Amino acid sequence: MRIKIHVWRQSNRTDRGEMKSYDLEGLSPDMSFLEMMDQLNEKLTGNGEEPVAFDHDCREGVCGSCSMVINGEAHGPKSETTTCQLYMRHFEDGAEVFVEPWRARSFPVVRDLVVDRSAFDRIIQAGGFVSNHSGPKPEPNSIPIEPGIAETALDAASCIGCGACVAACPNGSAMLFTAAKSAHLGMLPQGQTERFDRAKDMVDKMESEGFGSCRNYAECEAQCPKGISIAFIGRLNADYLKATMIEPIDRRGKMHAQ
Amino acid sequence: MLTLDSKVPSGPIQDAWTNHKNNLRLVGPKNRPQYKVIVIGSGLAGASAAASMGAMGYNVDCFCFQDSARRAHSIAAQGGINASKNYRNDGDSTWRLFYDTQKGGDYRAREKNVYRLAELSTAIIDQAVSQGVPFAREYGGKLANRSFGGVLVERTFYCRGETGQQLLLGAYSALQEQVAAKNVRMHTRSEMLDLVVVDGRTRGVIVRNLETGKITRHAADAVVLASGGYGNVYYLSTNAKGCNVTANWRAYKRGAGFANPSFVQIHPTSIPASGDYQSKLTLMSESLRNDGRIWVPRDPDEKRKPKDIPEAERFYYLEERYPRFGNLVPRDVAARNAKEVCDKGLGVGPTGYGVYLDFAKAMEEKGAEAVKAKYANLFEMYERITDDDPVETPMRIYPAVHYTMGGLWVDYNLSTNVDGLYSVGESNFADHGANRLGASSLMQCLADGYFVLPVTIGDYLSRHDAGEITTDHDAFEKVETEVRDRINTLLKIKGDRSAQSIHRELGKLMWEHCGIARTKESLMEGLEKIPALRKEFWNNLRLPGGHQEMNQSLEHAGRVADFLEFGELMCRDALLRDESCGCHLREEYQTEEGEAKRNDKDFAHVSVFEFKGVDDEPELTKEPLSFEALPLADRNYKS
Ligand SMILES: Cc1cc2nc3c(=O)[nH]c(=O)nc-3n(C[C@H](O)[C@H](O)[C@H](O)COP(=O)(O)OP(=O)(O)OC[C@H]3O[C@@H](n4cnc5c(N)ncnc54)[C@H](O)[C@@H]3O)c2cc1C
Ligand code: FES
Repeated sequence: MRIKIHVWRQSNRTDRGEMKSYDLEGLSPDMSFLEMMDQLNEKLTGNGEEPVAFDHDCREGVCGSCSMVINGEAHGPKSETTTCQLYMRHFEDGAEVFVEPWRARSFPVVRDLVVDRSAFDRIIQAGGFVSNHSGPKPEPNSIPIEPGIAETALDAASCIGCGACVAACPNGSAMLFTAAKSAHLGMLPQGQTERFDRAKDMVDKMESEGFGSCRNYAECEAQCPKGISIAFIGRLNADYLKATMIEPIDRRGKMHAQ
Repeated sequence: MLTLDSKVPSGPIQDAWTNHKNNLRLVGPKNRPQYKVIVIGSGLAGASAAASMGAMGYNVDCFCFQDSARRAHSIAAQGGINASKNYRNDGDSTWRLFYDTQKGGDYRAREKNVYRLAELSTAIIDQAVSQGVPFAREYGGKLANRSFGGVLVERTFYCRGETGQQLLLGAYSALQEQVAAKNVRMHTRSEMLDLVVVDGRTRGVIVRNLETGKITRHAADAVVLASGGYGNVYYLSTNAKGCNVTANWRAYKRGAGFANPSFVQIHPTSIPASGDYQSKLTLMSESLRNDGRIWVPRDPDEKRKPKDIPEAERFYYLEERYPRFGNLVPRDVAARNAKEVCDKGLGVGPTGYGVYLDFAKAMEEKGAEAVKAKYANLFEMYERITDDDPVETPMRIYPAVHYTMGGLWVDYNLSTNVDGLYSVGESNFADHGANRLGASSLMQCLADGYFVLPVTIGDYLSRHDAGEITTDHDAFEKVETEVRDRINTLLKIKGDRSAQSIHRELGKLMWEHCGIARTKESLMEGLEKIPALRKEFWNNLRLPGGHQEMNQSLEHAGRVADFLEFGELMCRDALLRDESCGCHLREEYQTEEGEAKRNDKDFAHVSVFEFKGVDDEPELTKEPLSFEALPLADRNYKS
């Protein structure tokens, strides 16, 4: 099969960037979308042009590296599917395909289709963990967890941190990402102690990183490759509200200083 | 000749680790912040090591080439993690896990290391649960288990099919906690390109920033390599695309011994390549073999759809050849047989390298719904990739390179033979011998990172003052210049072939000559062909772009250059190991049933190689293995 592909080309953070078009022939419908991109890059290399930079690693839909807006949708047309799990058979022969990077204020474009998602790491640093050391821990079966709760926590924990939610949101909000982590830990007994501080610190960090706030567009859920539910956002909002009603005390700083 | 002191403690195996820990020197909490430790890699091994050392107060710098620590290849592990909790009361114990691991590795590992691994397995589960890893639970809220990889007990803990993801996110969040506490600095999109060794001691690394191309020097009191496995030397494997041997290879070229490089595990059930453009292979769980029957058409010219081929014209080769075990023969036997029938021209699918895995009989006996329900997510994954519904037509499967048991040689403290250089996780050679049991790699990565290294590294650090050498030392200057020269050389070749095309060719060559079954002749041929391909690379590489920018072709070319040297070492090791053991099958040495035939008299050792020059033969040193706790016994899956 053949396609005409329009790709965002931008050589670095400060370059203005533009869409460029390429014709590709001899593709197989059984090729993955990224294998098609590989073909494009081989062709560009052959012509002495610079290949298109894009993030990818596992190519199995779990590492969260791949990140392309395809025909206007984060990760393309197929629901609950990452870019790397798309196949050319999902496109028509002769189709025109538009490929762009995630677009969001907090995800600056680094080159071509590669963006800087380090803000996600910083949101986790603000509280997306259970404070811990390595060493002897209580016997896990001494703290039974109702399997339904463990399963729902796992639903939330299945977030791959790709950033599609941000790219999909008209407001560039990272609430789904933040809510998923906050719900995962906040539902489990191990995460209770820091639950409300965590909610507040992560949301505050999200805002200070320049992500927009949630206006219930629900595009995040629709385009999330892992089908993470926006119900988790409701949960986060409730925890956040509760957290703001408690007098904020930074105990962590003091405890480290002891 | 390398001096290899394994530092294995004497005395009974059950007390070895405890006694050893009691005799290690420690660094006091006040002094820890003065010691700087570099960790290369943020997979399960690297993230757990960096987080643990950070929490102890060491001053840690952690590097990974992805854009976030959370994306390391460990994220893709599916099946689970072993621990001898004996929750099922089915007779499991530290001893039994030790026994299974040592036997599974075909007695080519150091038994006290293996015992320690088994001993630490239960604490890993406790640690992960305390981080909030949502393992599967039973109705009463207790942890659930399943059996994995043909062992007789149920000791595998899991989170659906995403155990690696959840364990890595646990380690990653612990790491981020330490980043927030300023004990760890995380450097993402950063690739270590060389190691700085001064007078036999490791002093730091040279790193390239993959976004800006900037090359920087980093000095440290110790360096830990947690850079993962090298399965991608075969180009096609189940590993993530970025997996590579570079960090290990540079360490090797700076004096670290490389152990058992030819030990590679090949998984029998992956989805076959669909064409030449194939970029990686996807694993299908082995559990499918419980209900699937494996066959190929008897006629090489068969054109009919599988459904239309009558029973009598189907070759159920495993059932015919191994009537006792049938489709459930061990991984390596299944893999070899698939390759053999395909090499004879009986393979199916567009490339001719695939065999059918057919659920028709199981569906007939148990009902289509029952079979579908049992393998729901696997069937869906298969259909997503191939567009075929396994209920309607048999699956196609083929073996794929999956895991590398070889790696940097380390002693009981996980230190390489170069002082101050450590190796943890898949990057070292330690605990799996010549074959790894399913669900044991996650266990080893986390045992190394959470519990072993954070203690043993103190013993080394406590013997030296902190910060003795800084980055203005001549050695840093020299190594940095070498790194720059190498990049410039790559860019200046201006030939006709992409790194990708040469990598593909190397992969085919390795698969052909150092793959599932090896012979003296084919290995010798491989040893001729690899240097020729290497020459082609250095004369005819086409590398677009420059080095002061993000250049993924340059990153790839650098890794391929190292694979092109490393592949030769693999062939050499496979050739010198004149026996079959575990995953290493030399066709000359097999039983009548096609099982690996060990030669314990001559090969009960670890083969450790020392770099002598790119075009010179490496020197082999052997670390003899002793079997005191568990005497040698033959592998026998037949009875
Ligand atoms: C599909 C699949 C399924 C699997 N399933 C299981 C399972 O169910 N159970 C099990 O026990 N095992 C399983 N395994 C094996 C297991 O996942 C791996 O062996 C293990 O995760 C390796 O972890 P690691 O920390 O050693 O390395 P990795 O997770 O590979 O991490 C390597 C790290 O090193 C970094 N790095 C590498 N080179 C450099 C460099 N030069 N500079 C800077 N950084 C560098 C990378 O960025 C990365 O952070 C599976 C493997 C595969 C492929
Ligand atoms: S490449 Fe890993 S999720 Fe797509």
